[in-house]
Amino acid sequence: MNTHPPIICLSDISYCYPGAAAPVLDRLEFDFFAGNHTGLVAPNGSGKTTLFHIIMGLLKPDSGRIEIFGKTVSEEKDFLEVRHRIGLLFQDADDQLFSPTVLEDVAFGPLNLGKSKQEAVDISRRMLASLGLEGFEDRITLQLSGGEKRLVSLAAVLAMEPEVLLLDEPSAGLDEKTKEHLIEILRNLDISYIIVSHEIDFLADLADSVYTLQNGKIVLDTELHLHEHVHAHTYGRQPHKHD
Amino acid sequence: MIDEPFAHGNSVIHRIDPRFKIVFACALSIATAVSYRFPTLFFALGLALLLVVASRLHMGTVLKKLLVVFSFLVLLWLVLPLTFEGEVFTRIGPLKITRPGLILSAQITLKSVSIVMMFIALVTTAGFVTIGHAMDRLGIPGKIVHLLLMSYRYIFVIEQEYQRLSRAVKIRGFVPGTNLHTYRTYAYLVGMIFVRAAERADQVYRAMRCRGFNGRFYCLADFPAHYRNWIFTGLMTTSFAVLLLLELTAFA
Repeated sequence: MNTHPPIICLSDISYCYPGAAAPVLDRLEFDFFAGNHTGLVAPNGSGKTTLFHIIMGLLKPDSGRIEIFGKTVSEEKDFLEVRHRIGLLFQDADDQLFSPTVLEDVAFGPLNLGKSKQEAVDISRRMLASLGLEGFEDRITLQLSGGEKRLVSLAAVLAMEPEVLLLDEPSAGLDEKTKEHLIEILRNLDISYIIVSHEIDFLADLADSVYTLQNGKIVLDTELHLHEHVHAHTYGRQPHKHD
Repeated sequence: MIDEPFAHGNSVIHRIDPRFKIVFACALSIATAVSYRFPTLFFALGLALLLVVASRLHMGTVLKKLLVVFSFLVLLWLVLPLTFEGEVFTRIGPLKITRPGLILSAQITLKSVSIVMMFIALVTTAGFVTIGHAMDRLGIPGKIVHLLLMSYRYIFVIEQEYQRLSRAVKIRGFVPGTNLHTYRTYAYLVGMIFVRAAERADQVYRAMRCRGFNGRFYCLADFPAHYRNWIFTGLMTTSFAVLLLLELTAFA
């Protein structure tokens, strides 16, 4: 049992896209605590990205209460602080990397936090180096490969030194080598995170617990049982042998 | 992709501060554009040629780029000498070729070739991004610079989306023809690109807000001072003065 209050507390959150027959999130309850490494696996269109966008204040829920770092947040100005402390990695890196060069993109967040140009450049160089991206500073973002774009986007989010990371399908479209590199990076981060992914193996490597979204609500995935953090599959709880 | 065939190189022109190059490219081309005397125009052409040679660019590629201008000029040479009123230079059958028409065509040819070559040598020898940064440093409003840079950033993404849609119609047996079905399909395609571009803009803006975007854009590029920039400035200022003198002495 966690004795500390949750850092993200969502209660009774409902959200319905205009024109949709049913709400994508329906009186959802969710508590996220510092130090949690949570996985979220659910079918397409079940509201995973919507949930992240609601936490970041990019979408306004139709009803419910959002409490982040102990404060109720509802207005745009409340979310400005949230965005400094929670980093969201978008599903499509092209959405995130809008600056012409890598260094400028990574420095964009620190500059918005009020750092001087020199400080922002130093933080960015350090962050790129820590992700194994030395020498990428002057690369043109649009000329990066898919894997490189993903890692640079992560560097851009981490450069703001967030306390929580929300990762939306971080492994999608990555080759095995880049995926392993990403797992290594995330494992070495001393940070709480929620990962949305369809890849059970990827979540098994990184998540302590896996939730799913069912009928607009978050539920602990009872079918998926991650064991020994090595692999997971639907019969993980059944006695079985490995070759 | 927008190819930048001249952006990478090691010539002296490549190493000059792009801000200086932009300023002189603009100044020299304006001076050339408003000049009419042939000595001035030939001087401009010679200067442009010299700059292209000094940039050590691949001449074949330069000529290929100039072909676009030439194709426009051919049209001009076909129309202007025949349609411009004035003293007849020669007759080909029933057609009159006028002297003022020929002069005007020659002036336009010299001007356009010189200006394009000046821009090839001075502007395209820096990458698109560097040009954006240099414009920012020259005091061009940040919003214009970022509009330019973001267009450069996303034009490929939108082009890829167009390619995806285009493949999607092709694999379902679409063959364009001169019929309503084709026009409707293209209209849907264009409409869908606009919708996707708008969605993309929305997502990019969301990602920017997540990183604390407050309406301010930043430019981190630095252009270190070097004596060669001042030598270039001296030479270009002299050339500019010569251009003006050649043009203005006619009216003295």
